[in-house]
Amino acid sequence: MTEGLIGGLVVALVAAPMGCFILWRRMVFFGAAVSHSALLGVALGLALGINVTAGVVLTAAVVAVMLVILRRDKRLADDTILGVVAHGGLALGLIAMAFLEGPDIHLEAPDIHLEAVLFGDIASISRADLVWIIAGGGAGLVVLAAIWKSLLAMTVHEEMAMIEGAPVAVIRIVFMLTLAVVVGVALKVVGALLIVSLLIIPAAAARRLTTGPEAMAAIAAVIGVVAVLGGLQAHVAWDVPAGPAVVVVAVVLFGITFGAGRRSAPGPN
Amino acid sequence: MPNLPRGTLAMQPGTPQSILRAENVSLILGAQSILSGVDLAVAPGESVTLVGPNGAGKTMLLRVLMGLVAPTSGVVTRRSGLRVGYSPQTLAPDPILPMDLRRFVGIGSDASQSHRSQALDEVGIGDLSHRPIHELSGGEMRRAMLARALLRDPEILVLDEPVQGVDLAGQVELYERISRAKTDQGSAVLMVSHDLNLVMVATDRVICLNHHVCCEGAPDSVRGNAEFRALFGDDVEGLAVYTHHHDHAHGADGEVVPLKTGRP
Repeated sequence: MTEGLIGGLVVALVAAPMGCFILWRRMVFFGAAVSHSALLGVALGLALGINVTAGVVLTAAVVAVMLVILRRDKRLADDTILGVVAHGGLALGLIAMAFLEGPDIHLEAPDIHLEAVLFGDIASISRADLVWIIAGGGAGLVVLAAIWKSLLAMTVHEEMAMIEGAPVAVIRIVFMLTLAVVVGVALKVVGALLIVSLLIIPAAAARRLTTGPEAMAAIAAVIGVVAVLGGLQAHVAWDVPAGPAVVVVAVVLFGITFGAGRRSAPGPN
Repeated sequence: MPNLPRGTLAMQPGTPQSILRAENVSLILGAQSILSGVDLAVAPGESVTLVGPNGAGKTMLLRVLMGLVAPTSGVVTRRSGLRVGYSPQTLAPDPILPMDLRRFVGIGSDASQSHRSQALDEVGIGDLSHRPIHELSGGEMRRAMLARALLRDPEILVLDEPVQGVDLAGQVELYERISRAKTDQGSAVLMVSHDLNLVMVATDRVICLNHHVCCEGAPDSVRGNAEFRALFGDDVEGLAVYTHHHDHAHGADGEVVPLKTGRP
């Protein structure tokens, strides 16, 4: 369980700045589509006999890049394409898992169950998993810090950033790959269906409390850490599933900051 | 000298020292010809304004010059490593991004806090530095975008409709600030505008664009051009150099403020 706790905290830390950019760049549905593909990634990892996290990161990266390419086709609205890919990927993943999970099939990783993949299984995080989470989460934080300035300029005005010399195409791809890594390391903590919640809810909760982008990311990290601690506490105390409990705590924190923000409504001062 | 034929200006398009140059640039999008045979060069420290009616391809020419859109034919050359300060035609900040004005003007540069304050003062919005950018009015945002571009200490300022939505007195003020970038910082200026009055005063050279270059030259010479008059019709008759004086100025919100003494 110590591994689960540390893993959860690392994921909360890297999810915060990533989640901020997902909100700022209006990519919530995009994040959901990539997260849902994690299910297919688990199946792929098991089927190929490679590391499951590697399978997830690989699949998420392929889906993210594919979405970027598909979205260039302006005949279909963005949300149409995202809807097709998100739910198509989920359905495909469910079928792939059903094949692999069948009672006749002996899995090399018998601790992997559909429910754990969908909603997370923080208690099952092993020392080996933790190494992956720390390496992936740490790399994600380093990369985000390195591209922060350019990514922020792109978020304010993409064409402006491009004209002023930011390597926009490269940064966009690096951001997608980082998102894929974050999805990979968050899978065991909250599961494929709830990864996007851990990305965006702490960030959304932090918005009301902050006036600067860096502060929003920092406060989102604090809120994410509190959500992980609270969710695991609830898991231990009342035996509720840990992943959903983490998300519920984050939602409660969002509700509190939203209410507090409304009372001290923003306005010219 | 009523107007000069294309490409025979004081600054030859072939001059090696031009920092930005388009040679015979054409752009066809779908079945539409957006630009045809455009020649243009900007020398270091030179101020060039593109004027022309709506839909004449002015913004598209900027995008081609800046390398965002590849021309269908022709060549665009930018001096390598050219430091550009760009102010886009529109910038609508999303309230989900928490960012106040002093943070915004530092995007794209490493300007210190005091340089940022000074830049905001110079465009008349120094007292708004803690205001979230999504709460700025259109005119205030224009000023902020100019201040941000200037803080990059650019070799060329590229400004797409830099005074749109700003009141007349504010326009004079902003054009003066743009002129100072040229005279004090030695920055070249490439502006798009469809306002004909003030911009003509604030620029070395006007290029009238209507998919092709209709005419170009010093503001006074362009004004007499027949094609230019045909494009702008009666507007040209109203062209008058803005020379009268005010006994007060207006702040970004339109309130009356004393001349030259800044705002309280």
